[in-house]
Amino acid sequence: MEHTIEAFKREESLGARHSGAAAASDGKIHIERTQYPYVTGSSVLGIKYKDGILLAADMAASYGSTKRYKSFQRLKPVGKHAVIGASGEMSDFQQISTMLDELTLRDQMWDDSNTLGPHEIHSYLNRIMYQRRNKFDPLWNNIILGGVKNGKKYLGVVSMIGVHFEDDHVATGFGQHLARPELRKQWRADMTLEEGVRLLEKCLLVLYYRDRSSINKYQIAKVTEEGVTISSPFAIETNWELEAFQNPTKNAEGSW
Amino acid sequence: MSSIGTGYDLSVTTFSPDGRVFQTEYASKAVDNSGTAIGVTCKDGVVLGIEKLTPSKMLVEGSNKRIHHVHEHAGMAVAGLAADGRQVVARARAEAKNYLSFYGEEIPTSHLCERVASYVHLCTLYWWLRPFGTGVILGGYDRDGPQLYMIEPSGVSYRYFGAAIGKGRQAAKTEIEKLKLSEMTCKEAVFAVAKIIYGVHDEAKDKAFELEMSWICDESNKEHQKVPANLLEEAKAAAKAAQEEDMDAD
Repeated sequence: MEHTIEAFKREESLGARHSGAAAASDGKIHIERTQYPYVTGSSVLGIKYKDGILLAADMAASYGSTKRYKSFQRLKPVGKHAVIGASGEMSDFQQISTMLDELTLRDQMWDDSNTLGPHEIHSYLNRIMYQRRNKFDPLWNNIILGGVKNGKKYLGVVSMIGVHFEDDHVATGFGQHLARPELRKQWRADMTLEEGVRLLEKCLLVLYYRDRSSINKYQIAKVTEEGVTISSPFAIETNWELEAFQNPTKNAEGSW
Repeated sequence: MSSIGTGYDLSVTTFSPDGRVFQTEYASKAVDNSGTAIGVTCKDGVVLGIEKLTPSKMLVEGSNKRIHHVHEHAGMAVAGLAADGRQVVARARAEAKNYLSFYGEEIPTSHLCERVASYVHLCTLYWWLRPFGTGVILGGYDRDGPQLYMIEPSGVSYRYFGAAIGKGRQAAKTEIEKLKLSEMTCKEAVFAVAKIIYGVHDEAKDKAFELEMSWICDESNKEHQKVPANLLEEAKAAAKAAQEEDMDAD
């Protein structure tokens, strides 16, 4: 799902001539589109539970390998019924947030007691991501959109190339590889809020141990029929005395 | 206040010998003949109310709204030509949106008023454009607190504690002046405004009307929204009861 930079560089030489490339006065081709992300966020997790949706993400925005920003909110409410969480290029996420704010404002101005539901917002996002991908100028994000409207729970993902789907539990980034297996084992449709949060915290802990771009500072967003709440930042207790962490290089040939 | 402007009233780009622009004054007549619109600023917010005259029983209740959202924290009550009013509201929305995307924060009500007033005034400067036949009461709640402004077809705008335009404005203004606005909460003001509108409604000349009310207050989370249905019903009931009392007293 996540494109490697290599794949994009290959397409560059093919696409350079006819998309997003301008021939400048010095005769060289200057590419005017996204090529790689700079300030990035790591995984976002999302699950459905009995009363609604829970999303979780850490608060780190990295600049390459530097953990540059440690209070970056990667979860954001959209309208009254949905919440969005994004990994990838954070400036693109901020741009998407602005677009969604304009969308919900326009919706509010109709004043017809009809509000955009999570499915509609997800459709809007899918179109934006896919159309940018077609221009070879993607918004470099993997986005989770969750919400509840009229009792119906909705949890969807959309990637930077416009691939989108819904599921009972979703994740982006490393979460796809490290969290989803755990979610597949432990997720149940009738989980209470406490059980849901505990499951998410378990996955977040695994991500903290194994994903080097994560930090131990998280937020959990809850969406129910009543509305959206995003928790204040919290940390999870870690245990570095686990047997698996002792002698980490014992079986690694050539490592030090 | 009526005067004959023969010869000097054909174009908005013509002054009369005594320095008046008759076309804008005639535009104000359109406002004066429409249903009453009232706005008041209270301790904790702004309340807008409209006497929406319903000329036909066939009109669906709640249609042809005359109070419009302009932005999250601002709303407009419109009097006069409804179609002209729609344009003014559309412009106000565009201005608020533009300010937000440019400066990254909600437009202060005073700025919004200035921008809308400039636009209304603009349409009085060219012979090929006619002035707006609408008066607008703009209510907003920003970091300087609740504010109320009124914009006339000439493009002039003032800030008010309480304002009224339309048919019953004289009577309404008298009633508003009796209120102690700085001590009232928005909830109390809703009852007061409903009472005033029921009071100024002319049963003989205009048969039916719908009461439309909105507020921006701490209770509504500083968001412009319609007054909640149950509160509105209470206010209507109290206003009707007060009317009957007055009639019995006579």
